[in-house]
Amino acid sequence: MTTLAVWKFASCDGCQLSLLDCEDELLAVAGRVEIAHFLEATRAVEPGPYDVSLVEGSITTPEDAERIRHVREMSRVLVTLGACATAGGVQALRNFADIDEFRSVVYARPDYVSTLATSTPIAAHVDVDYELHGCPIDRRQLLDLITSLLLGRRPDLPGHSVCFECKRRGSVCVVVAHGTPCLGPVTRAGCGAICPAYQRGCFGCFGPAETPNAAAQAGLLRATGMAEDDVVRAYRTYNAADPTFIELSRVMAGPAPGAGPGGTGQEET
Amino acid sequence: MTHRSERVLDVRSLARVEGEGAMHVRVRDGAVADVRLDIYEPPRFFEALLRGRRHTEPPDITARICGICPVAYQMSACAAVEDACGVSVDPAVATLRRLLYCGEWIESHTLHIYLLHAPDFLGYAGALEMAQDRRDLVERGLSTKQAGNEIVELLGGRAIHPVNIRVGGFYRTPSRAELTALRERLRKALDQAVETVQWVAGFDFPDFHHDHEMLALSTPGRYAIESGDVATTGGLTFDVRRFEEHIIEEQVPHSTALHARIAGRGRYIVGPTARFTLNRQWLSPLAQEVASAAGLGADCRNPYRSIVVRAVETVYALDEAIRLIDRYEPPARPYAEVPPREAAGYGATEAPRGILFHRYGIGADGLITSARIVPPTSQNQAGIEDDLRRFVGGRLHLDDEHLTWQCEQAIRNYDPCISCSTHFLDLTVDRR
Repeated sequence: MTTLAVWKFASCDGCQLSLLDCEDELLAVAGRVEIAHFLEATRAVEPGPYDVSLVEGSITTPEDAERIRHVREMSRVLVTLGACATAGGVQALRNFADIDEFRSVVYARPDYVSTLATSTPIAAHVDVDYELHGCPIDRRQLLDLITSLLLGRRPDLPGHSVCFECKRRGSVCVVVAHGTPCLGPVTRAGCGAICPAYQRGCFGCFGPAETPNAAAQAGLLRATGMAEDDVVRAYRTYNAADPTFIELSRVMAGPAPGAGPGGTGQEET
Repeated sequence: MTHRSERVLDVRSLARVEGEGAMHVRVRDGAVADVRLDIYEPPRFFEALLRGRRHTEPPDITARICGICPVAYQMSACAAVEDACGVSVDPAVATLRRLLYCGEWIESHTLHIYLLHAPDFLGYAGALEMAQDRRDLVERGLSTKQAGNEIVELLGGRAIHPVNIRVGGFYRTPSRAELTALRERLRKALDQAVETVQWVAGFDFPDFHHDHEMLALSTPGRYAIESGDVATTGGLTFDVRRFEEHIIEEQVPHSTALHARIAGRGRYIVGPTARFTLNRQWLSPLAQEVASAAGLGADCRNPYRSIVVRAVETVYALDEAIRLIDRYEPPARPYAEVPPREAAGYGATEAPRGILFHRYGIGADGLITSARIVPPTSQNQAGIEDDLRRFVGGRLHLDDEHLTWQCEQAIRNYDPCISCSTHFLDLTVDRR
């Protein structure tokens, strides 16, 4: 039987909880795989190697940088779960700050705290076979991934933007109808376009879509009246260390789309 | 086995808790020499990274401290920011917040009862192993848990890190019809929850009691969840705004953690047993009835019985959710505008594991200048260690394997959420 292991690094536990949140499917999945290491669910631990390892969290300590190499060695297929594991998570905001200052703000005895200056994704340390995006991941994507691995087919992981899902859901576009800032055009699909259905702009928790149009998005955000520092904050949140989002946050707003020839909006890149 | 002069029990990675922790017990010459609940979850520095963010951002950002109780973080953050800005929300918005919070209590408590804690009482390594023998029980738990998640999904958009919560209220509020559609589902879950109380009440509980002071929010007239004043079993009461005057965190030399204590008084615990002991009279008649039938008296000082209290609170949360749905009238506006002002704000709510305090400083430009978060598990850490110390002392005749498992169970009595506590606990990494 396929052996499954679940690992945690710096994270909130929410992505691995998604597996326990599959209330209708959990026992069926448990019947098809041997859960060999999943501390949130069981104290029984089987030694490796493992067929599939699901990895939650980012690398923030020297010990964890070592541990992820060990997990990789023991795993045939390694899948990262969520924004922390795929992009460093919200804790990667430290990458833009002075870590010693951060440490002294939170801890009375900063010298006790062993930590790296950066929070980095798993792929910065070891080879990763598949990545599930999102803060948190979508449990339907997780189930599809596990099913695909069991069947030996490639998981269907979309690279297009949230806009596609939003249209399919039949939601009214919050930018067009209400002038609400929305990162949907540059954010990866997978959540089911939840935020616009709740009359909120997408805040990019699934990270960047493939080939986002930086200039058009900058113009769109500018047209909603969003201030530059708010744009930077919007990109620098749950996928703060993602290189594409870093680049998008630096694209200063050019003219709004359709405003005629002029700046490309990319002068800062 | 008592020939050894030193005996060490080490659990390097605690299972069935949220986050990463370890337990270390050292017995020397037949007496407990050292007990430590170690936290080696890597720090994530939330209080530091919140500075410079907009005053509207703490609910979403602090939700990411804990995937198990994100609603608790969102609610405490909203309360603190609204306090700073001098805004109070529409009563219908407050009702929806309480309903949302009931959803998280149902989901989190049922997760803990069925998947994390019950396997200890029944001798299984985990719920999936338990399901091989008692699939019906695990299915009942998953079904009740799902009912809680359905509330959070409807009101929040998704179960983990809900998107629909904002300072001042919600982005979109549900119609009466949307809420009423949940009612049947919750009725069924309520029946399951009553069965759950009866089931867990029959477990075998060690004869073990503590005398810790207990602390929880308390509001006359209703079981405190999303608001209230702070009260303790020692008769102390104070406003949430004075939390930091009464709760002191101190560093203990051997430990990796800051331990919280009540100023001038000492160790205390928070969570379901504290709430029950302080607020039992405000439970619904049904919840009171099932509590009495389950053998719970006026207070609960046996931490092993916390599983019964969690089950009773699940009954209450379902009962209360149905009551709130039945009397729901949508608010005129889904949210109140919350313009920033230069001020400090304080908020506390009852996370499933106990009181969760937030304090923010906001600048005139609307940016966060300082943040402080006191999560429940760090408040319980001294109590957990004290329980372990006394518990181990009385059970040294057990072999290592059994004693270790029982110690793990003693820790799980508090449903520790180590992901939560870590961002402010001191820690050393020791991964032997």
